[in-house]
Amino acid sequence: MRNTFSETLYAEATANPDVYIVVADISPAGSMAKFSSEYPERFINVGVAEQSMIGIAAGLALKGCQPFAYTIATFSLYRPFEMIRDDLCYQNLPVTVVGMGAGVIYSTLGGTHHTQEDIAIASALPNMQVLAPCDPLECIEATRWCARQKNGPVYLRIGKAGEPVLTAQAEPWQFGKLRYLRRGSDVCILTYGVITAMATDIADKLAAQGRSVSLVSAHTLKPLDRDGISEALRQHPHVVVIEEHAPQGGLASQVKQIAWDVRTTCRLDTFTLQDAFIHNYGSTNDLLAAHGLSPERILAAIG
Amino acid sequence: MSSTSFDAKAAKSRCQRYRRRILDISQRVSALHIGGAYSCTEIVDGIYNGLMREPGLSSPDTFLMSKGHGCMIQYVVLEDLGVLTRADLDAYCTPHGRLGVHPDYGNPGIEASTGSLGHGLSMVVGMALAERGKRRDGMIYTVLSDGETQEGSTWEAVLMASSLKLTNIVAFIDNNDFQSLGRTSETHPSLYPLGAKFEAFGWETAEIDGHDPAAIFRAVSSRKGDRPLMVVARTTKGKGVSYMENAPIWHYRSPNKDEYAQAIRELETQA
Repeated sequence: MRNTFSETLYAEATANPDVYIVVADISPAGSMAKFSSEYPERFINVGVAEQSMIGIAAGLALKGCQPFAYTIATFSLYRPFEMIRDDLCYQNLPVTVVGMGAGVIYSTLGGTHHTQEDIAIASALPNMQVLAPCDPLECIEATRWCARQKNGPVYLRIGKAGEPVLTAQAEPWQFGKLRYLRRGSDVCILTYGVITAMATDIADKLAAQGRSVSLVSAHTLKPLDRDGISEALRQHPHVVVIEEHAPQGGLASQVKQIAWDVRTTCRLDTFTLQDAFIHNYGSTNDLLAAHGLSPERILAAIG
Repeated sequence: MSSTSFDAKAAKSRCQRYRRRILDISQRVSALHIGGAYSCTEIVDGIYNGLMREPGLSSPDTFLMSKGHGCMIQYVVLEDLGVLTRADLDAYCTPHGRLGVHPDYGNPGIEASTGSLGHGLSMVVGMALAERGKRRDGMIYTVLSDGETQEGSTWEAVLMASSLKLTNIVAFIDNNDFQSLGRTSETHPSLYPLGAKFEAFGWETAEIDGHDPAAIFRAVSSRKGDRPLMVVARTTKGKGVSYMENAPIWHYRSPNKDEYAQAIRELETQA
């Protein structure tokens, strides 16, 4: 996803001289080298100084530019939180804060590099929009949208590298709308971000058992497509939420809220990270499994 | 800059008038950070009325009040320039008004929302970068408080401004030596000498009497201009009213009727 992000941003910057990227000593690979060599005045590396990364992006936006702020998710959102709140959200500036490697992708780097609460934190801010593409193709759509929108700030949660393409046959991406990657009638899996690959595996296994499965990328976490979720709750007897995020304030808790509001009668199962730090190491899947997020555990629970 | 010379006498007269206006507004609200507004009155006047080209909504230059709590002087100057209206200031901090204790982006003449310290200078760096990127010659002026230099984020921006060679930044520190819990020089003696720290970070620096309009103008007009400029302006908190000067309580409170009358008498004497 990093590469598709940087390739897309390079293309957008080529088309629009107001597109800037402000990074904090972490740069996306791929085309970012081309970006920095061809547009050196628009590639700003503040170093290990995330507060000024956000403030500088705000200053650029106050003068009509379309900046992106980029580093590892925990440093892009948590460290400069008040700058994001005051400089970006309070002033409602079209700055995209990119949280790269969110969730537990940095699985061997320890809890300081995990982002388990970012959707809740970003979504709590007025004016903030929250996007989490599920694969490289969706990352292209989301990045392109961020580079062109003037609504206000965006938190763009992306993965790192090696994510499979999941949306080649999917319906078109539309900001603020659920995106069905496949449609079925028995079970609907709502998910977003990198863990969509696991959700796809689970959907495949359910289909192999003879279940008709909808698989949905809820790529826009804010504004959340409440109507779309209400419809999914109405149209499926069983809805499952899978997310790489704490149980509070993410997709799962919001779907439960909507389910209550619409008096849903369907079965609703949610699978999230726990409200706990992770102290063990291994692959991303090892860490997810430590919190119960594995195809086997989820399939067993779904029944 | 708007001109090569600056009428210091006229500036003093304006500043007396501005202080008087702030005093009048103070009688309608319980708090308005009068001390910090008085300490940077000459600086803000000098920026708008001496340094900025075509001060007002069409100026190619920008003023960002990083020490947002001092914005009452900015409001008063903007009123004088016709950017804000008398009705705006008369409705200060009321339900039907649009001006509050800290500046809000979106109000006429307000270039950024501040009030939380340590935010302004990074936004200034971004603005200066945008001016350079758009091939414009806009200057970005800002006023920081001395307490604000305790924020780590301020130093992140200081480092970036000089590293990026942003010669279109002119910053002032309103060095009134006071913050909420005491004299800055006593609570944080290692903050001084301030100018040398900015010099070490690659800024051009000047140290002046922050209540001397001619010195304010001269510090900027005589700059070399090959680096961002930081003017450390020695000021007095509550300047102009004897009982407010260097008295921390006047960071926030408004004078009562007797205090108001005395303040008016003192300001008129200075005129």
